[in-house]
Amino acid sequence: MTILLYLIPTALTLGGLALAGFLWALKSGQFDDLDGAAQRILFDDPADTPPKR
Amino acid sequence: MNALIDIAVPVQSACLHCGGPVSAGERYCCVGCRSAHQLVGELGLDQYYRQRQFDPAQRRPRPEVDRQGSDLSAWVTTDESQAGRTPQAHLSMMVDGLHCGACVWLIEQALLRQPGVITARVSLSTRRLSLAWQPAATSAEHLATVVESLGYRLVPVAPDCLRNRDEAELKSLLQAMAVAGFAAGNLMLLSVSVWSGHGDMAPGTRDLFHWISALIAIPAVGYAGRPFFKSALNVLRHGRTNMDVPISLAIVLAPSISLYETFTGGEQAYFDSAATLLFFLLIGRYLDLRARRLAHSSAEQLMALGGEAATLILEDGSLRDIPARDLKAGQCALVHVGARIPADGTVTQGESQLDVSLISGESMPAKAGPGAHVYAGTLNLVAPLTIAIDKVGDATLLADIRRLMEAAESRRNRFIRIADRIARYYAPFVHATALLTFLGWITLGHLPWTSALLIAIAVLIITCPCALALAVPVVQVVASHRLLKAGILLKSADALERLCQVDSIVLDKTGTLTVGRLELQPGYDPQALAIAARIAANSKHPLARAVARAGGDLVPAAPVTEIPGKGLEWASADGIWRLGSAAFTGQADDHSSDHVLWLLDPGGKAAAFHLADPIRPDAAAIVAELAKLGSIEICSGDRPAPVAHLAQRVGISTWHALQMPADKVRRLEELRAAGKHVLMIGDGLNDAPALRAAHVSMAPTSAADISQNAADLLFQGDALRPVTLAIAIAKTTERLMRQNLALAIVYNVAAIPLAIGGAVTPLVAAISMSTSSILVVLNSLRLNAKRRRQNPSQEGA
Repeated sequence: MTILLYLIPTALTLGGLALAGFLWALKSGQFDDLDGAAQRILFDDPADTPPKR
Repeated sequence: MNALIDIAVPVQSACLHCGGPVSAGERYCCVGCRSAHQLVGELGLDQYYRQRQFDPAQRRPRPEVDRQGSDLSAWVTTDESQAGRTPQAHLSMMVDGLHCGACVWLIEQALLRQPGVITARVSLSTRRLSLAWQPAATSAEHLATVVESLGYRLVPVAPDCLRNRDEAELKSLLQAMAVAGFAAGNLMLLSVSVWSGHGDMAPGTRDLFHWISALIAIPAVGYAGRPFFKSALNVLRHGRTNMDVPISLAIVLAPSISLYETFTGGEQAYFDSAATLLFFLLIGRYLDLRARRLAHSSAEQLMALGGEAATLILEDGSLRDIPARDLKAGQCALVHVGARIPADGTVTQGESQLDVSLISGESMPAKAGPGAHVYAGTLNLVAPLTIAIDKVGDATLLADIRRLMEAAESRRNRFIRIADRIARYYAPFVHATALLTFLGWITLGHLPWTSALLIAIAVLIITCPCALALAVPVVQVVASHRLLKAGILLKSADALERLCQVDSIVLDKTGTLTVGRLELQPGYDPQALAIAARIAANSKHPLARAVARAGGDLVPAAPVTEIPGKGLEWASADGIWRLGSAAFTGQADDHSSDHVLWLLDPGGKAAAFHLADPIRPDAAAIVAELAKLGSIEICSGDRPAPVAHLAQRVGISTWHALQMPADKVRRLEELRAAGKHVLMIGDGLNDAPALRAAHVSMAPTSAADISQNAADLLFQGDALRPVTLAIAIAKTTERLMRQNLALAIVYNVAAIPLAIGGAVTPLVAAISMSTSSILVVLNSLRLNAKRRRQNPSQEGA
């Protein structure tokens, strides 16, 4: 059963990474405009656009 | 994907930029569209035309050529320049006329190509543009002009009146939900192994699992439970109780006693129950808040701005644009044609006509000459006016109406939602049962207090059903989605519950029973119309606008002069044409109707155009259906004759004419005093206080901003069908809510004896909690399935 000592921390770390990823996405505003994001991918970014940020 | 469909239309039939009608051989409908099309080409953004898709509910992107750029400095915030960083200016604006993703792309790209722009981001959900730029390189006014010249309209948004508070709250709920979900999932993983290994598992392994569970559960519950703790503390401080109190107790006590059990090497731990309970409750809370947030419609935002820009005339005669709220009594302001009067005042110069429908509901414009009193919010139609301002801000008539609305709101009985009504009785019951179980097991069952407490916690967990928290919000979300598909916007979360109780209906006339705009009646000469429409296109007078619309947006004739209160005169190549009143065109006035326009050709031949505000096509049928619900009557600000005529045509026997806003409110209060639950349907600014005073209210989307803001539900289109449809959906929703609540309570009450008997292990608690929640959600989804089977024809209206 000592395998549990590795497995459980691994499982929790992976889950924790997913949670951290979600919280980061939420904080950086990726859930603010769900309609717009769906349509945005349909447009090519013209090559000469000044870089954003 | 629809957005990929190329909707470019043949050159001959539509303007290349806005897609509006053009006259034969032309490529653009107006100068503004031509320069917009050129601008898009110069910026290399032609892709827009290939990928855009028009939304018929939005206005066409037709630029207003003579639009005055207003001064935006009052809305711009600038970062203090720090060492080594260029200063940044920020501005948020509402964009009017967004059709699809292509519009978003066009606006963003066009702005990013302007020198000095750092970020430009348009949100399609909130229709808001966020701009950041270097103040040294460009100005807010220039950037706004770029967007406006593409055909969109911009309204600046003050940073403090954004929906920031609600948005932050939603975000923090979502964060709490994520944490609770993470904890619930991982705890369940550990608990399932404990349960399935029951008996076989060595006590050492079980304790290890419990310790790991404690490590996850305690911080997660502490973080994710804050919304409930806050609310519970708040009501306890006021000596009351709500469902959040037993919930908080359960989610605090369960991990604490489980921690104690873990310390002493006990068998059972409720860590997973606490986290799962919290997760389900947070879902319900999130859905509920999202539904409530709909109340903050864009109309409310527009209103919060306190009017548009005003043009101030300085003492040296020069002009300056300032926000209307900065005007002071005694100043002079210039009101352009097509602009709203910024404050109450007296006309000092100019002669024009005003659209007063916002104030009185009257569809015919009122004359305004020197000495006339004008009210904030009325629209200047014909010629520029100079006004001396006497009253501003809180002293204006507009503010009076707003005050009347607030007063009506405060007198309205506070409606208690069905879920809260149940919680009011249920919460004390939960406390009592848990306490009695605890005391009972100690005194009668002679158990140690820790075991008794464990059983009492099982009772708390079982009786604070997450299903109860989900029962109402889930139905609410499903119902508002269905309403939205039918063109009805639900603005306040409890409006559906109130709509079910309606037993009395009060309607406004203009704009509610009628369509609210003048339309040309049959029996005119089509050739005369073609010319009349070209002349009429020059005017903003409602009669002229109706004729221009009937003619199909032709290219305006030029040069046309407008004589206020009389009509239009066109100096064409073959002579003078006149379009206007009977007196202006030299015809005998038979006074049969207010709504007649005459066209006089250079040869002296006249043609008449009769106009009328048509009744909504299904008004009579809907009125008959509504009459089955209870009494129905008309309250209108119009004169008695037209009101009586209309009442007779739609089949309503009770009507009141010449009603001022305060009279309408009084009438509603009489009805309420008689024990009626009134549904008010109205659209004008004069209806706004009544809309607030009613038990529940609806307004068409063509209504004044303030009325849209005051109403509980908004509906689209020319038909009144949405009214009965909304009532039908409300009744189904109410039934489903009751079913859900009954289901949740029965389920939990059935489990109470088990819990009191001490037979509820953490496993039983977990199963009962999830199955009851799933049952409730499935039952709510029936709202969709059911309606689709019953009314396939109304789907997607």
